[in-house]
Amino acid sequence: MSETDSFVKFKKVDKSYDGEILVVKDLNLDVAQGEFLTLLGPSGSGKTTILMMLAGFETPTNGEIYLDGEAISNIPPYKRRIGMVFQNYALFPHMTVYENLSFPLKVRKVSKDETDKKINKALSMVSLTGFETRMPGQLSGGQQQRVAVARALVFDPKLVLMDEPLGALDKNLRESMQYELKHIHESLGVTVVYVTHDQGEALTMSNRIAVFNEGKIQQLSNPDKLYEEPVNSFVAEFIGENNTFQGEVSEISGNKCRVKLGSGDEILANPISVKLKGDKTKISLRPERALINPEEKIENKFKGKIEEVIYHGDHTRIRMNLLGKSQFILKIPNSSARMDLKLGNEMIIGWHSKDCRALDLT
Amino acid sequence: MSSETQKILTTGGIPLEESLKKVEKRNKIKAFLLVSPLLFFLIIAYISPIVSLLFTSIDDRMVTNMLPKTFKAMKQWDGKDLPSEEVFEAFYQDYKILIEEKRHGKLSTQMNYEKNGFKSILKKLARKMKKFEEGNYKEQIMAVHKRWADVEYWRALKRRAPTYTYSKYLKGVDMYENEEGKIVEVPEERRIYKILWLRTLEIAFFVTLFCFLMAYPIAHLLATLPMKYSNLLMICVLLPFWTSLLVRTASWMILLQQQGIVNDVFVWTGLVADDSRPEMMYNKTGTYVAMTQILLPFMVLPLYSVMKTISPSLMRAGKSLGGTPFITFWKVYFPLTIPGIGAGCLLVFIIAVGYYITPELVGGASGTLISNQIAYQMKSTLDWSFASAMGLMLLTGVLVVYWVYNKLVGIDNIKLG
Repeated sequence: MSETDSFVKFKKVDKSYDGEILVVKDLNLDVAQGEFLTLLGPSGSGKTTILMMLAGFETPTNGEIYLDGEAISNIPPYKRRIGMVFQNYALFPHMTVYENLSFPLKVRKVSKDETDKKINKALSMVSLTGFETRMPGQLSGGQQQRVAVARALVFDPKLVLMDEPLGALDKNLRESMQYELKHIHESLGVTVVYVTHDQGEALTMSNRIAVFNEGKIQQLSNPDKLYEEPVNSFVAEFIGENNTFQGEVSEISGNKCRVKLGSGDEILANPISVKLKGDKTKISLRPERALINPEEKIENKFKGKIEEVIYHGDHTRIRMNLLGKSQFILKIPNSSARMDLKLGNEMIIGWHSKDCRALDLT
Repeated sequence: MSSETQKILTTGGIPLEESLKKVEKRNKIKAFLLVSPLLFFLIIAYISPIVSLLFTSIDDRMVTNMLPKTFKAMKQWDGKDLPSEEVFEAFYQDYKILIEEKRHGKLSTQMNYEKNGFKSILKKLARKMKKFEEGNYKEQIMAVHKRWADVEYWRALKRRAPTYTYSKYLKGVDMYENEEGKIVEVPEERRIYKILWLRTLEIAFFVTLFCFLMAYPIAHLLATLPMKYSNLLMICVLLPFWTSLLVRTASWMILLQQQGIVNDVFVWTGLVADDSRPEMMYNKTGTYVAMTQILLPFMVLPLYSVMKTISPSLMRAGKSLGGTPFITFWKVYFPLTIPGIGAGCLLVFIIAVGYYITPELVGGASGTLISNQIAYQMKSTLDWSFASAMGLMLLTGVLVVYWVYNKLVGIDNIKLG
């Protein structure tokens, strides 16, 4: 069997809480040793349920989960050797940082010397050396989170699960913690399954990302591919910003198709989900792929009118009316060569057919 | 550079400290006015009864005021032999006034507390005194009854001379001040209060323990069950609160009596024979069962309110870190519930120690508590000062429990929700 090929394997896993709705549907997922895999999705998409099944707090309704080649459905959580970081840290409030970290070692009957050594190492890894005697209540949110990470790693688990660990932190701290977690993962080489609903976080940290919606994997790929080449309109809309047009395929040949919009205009697009002439489609175009005043022979070229200009510091966002749609977004870097971005000005916008993807209509 | 610290001024030029005080003062007055009705109520309804209780318990002016001349004359008496003629004469005069004012009955009751047999000789004296001749009262009084010639009775009288006495407190722990002025225990066959105190502590302790053992799982269920079940369970816990205490105790009487439902079930299941039905009422068992049931909510609620705040992810964290369910419970969950345990136990123990109605109804002779004795002293023997003394001793006991708890666990660690 191929169970041994991957470190973690979900095989035909279903999960239902009430016997009526499947929270997770026919999940097949492999995680390689040392990988940082992120489960990304909106709330209610089943990603936390998957994590809980892996940790052993929920049992699959159907199917089996393998860890290191071993079926784990009947192994209780405390025997799985899986470290877990919780969204609200879940530090034991009545224990010091040292006692929190020594808990997993004590239950494994690790000697005192070994315990001290491991705790020192774990604390220095999250740069909290010297905080041993503090109570969790005396630490800031970021420090608590780092203690939680150290605690999940201190007993050398086979696998580390993180359930939106940065959700409660403010933006700046969240970003620096993302890099810190990424570095810890790189230096230890431990396998991490990470759950988040924050796409930025997922893109920054992961080797691979599984995008979930309604209990199903929508797309599983590495971050750049996920962003550049979404396979359906859910992924395209969930990850990053997106300009969409709805229309009908009027001509299709090879890697190009012609889509007729409601306004009557036609766009040349890259057919991803459409097969036949007459298919309804939603066209997706990243704002940064739209060019201003493009060269003459670009495939798609239209005139639009600026309706709103928003200054964002490093870039300026422009909302314009294009092809009968007033939600067309452009991002323009605030470099020295500033264009005349004024309300009501007209501009020529163009893009290549390979950058605009004709996806399914959801 | 000047070393003195410069006073900080507000923008208006007034020293900051002064300005702050002015603003705070108004708030303080407002706050005081808001709580003053409550303060007034507390003084009237709580503090003043306790103070008056204290006075009643040590007040002994009744006898002192009834026999002013006697006690004045007794000052020179050393208490070894019979007192002199002057004492007898003074006593005769005092007692004559009492008879005229019809207050001599009270004296005889009071003196009978002090020494048994005093009542009858005082009554006899009251009858015979009408025929007394002037002079030589010593012999005339001693002729009334031979006990009047017993120095013990005169000593007993002298003991009642002081305005204040702690004898009621001694009586509360089965002790008294004997003829030589030493504090000794009463003869063994007459010791009742010490047993009663110990029994009160024992029953309060075990009721607290039983409540804790039963309430902990209930509170845990309440805190962890899904809303629709936990609401129902909560109603079940609170339901007794909506029923009269008397009704609940009476229903226990119906359940526990020898021909009652519980015994019927025992017989029906063959657990006991029909002719040897156990007595579960009018003894300690009855008190334990009924009090545990009645006080259970006082344990459940503080426990529940603490358990509700413990995040379920802590238990999950413990398990994911390798702790078995038991270790995780013992090392993580249990320590976090200690504030609730403390609050619940303290609450139940304090209520149980002073419980009255339930032991009165189902306790019988062996299941009654100190509060029943206090009620008895107030209603039947009318020895209010003794009842006050025992009440205060009970109050002191409760305060001691509170103090010990504060030393061991810390009162800040208490959580009622």
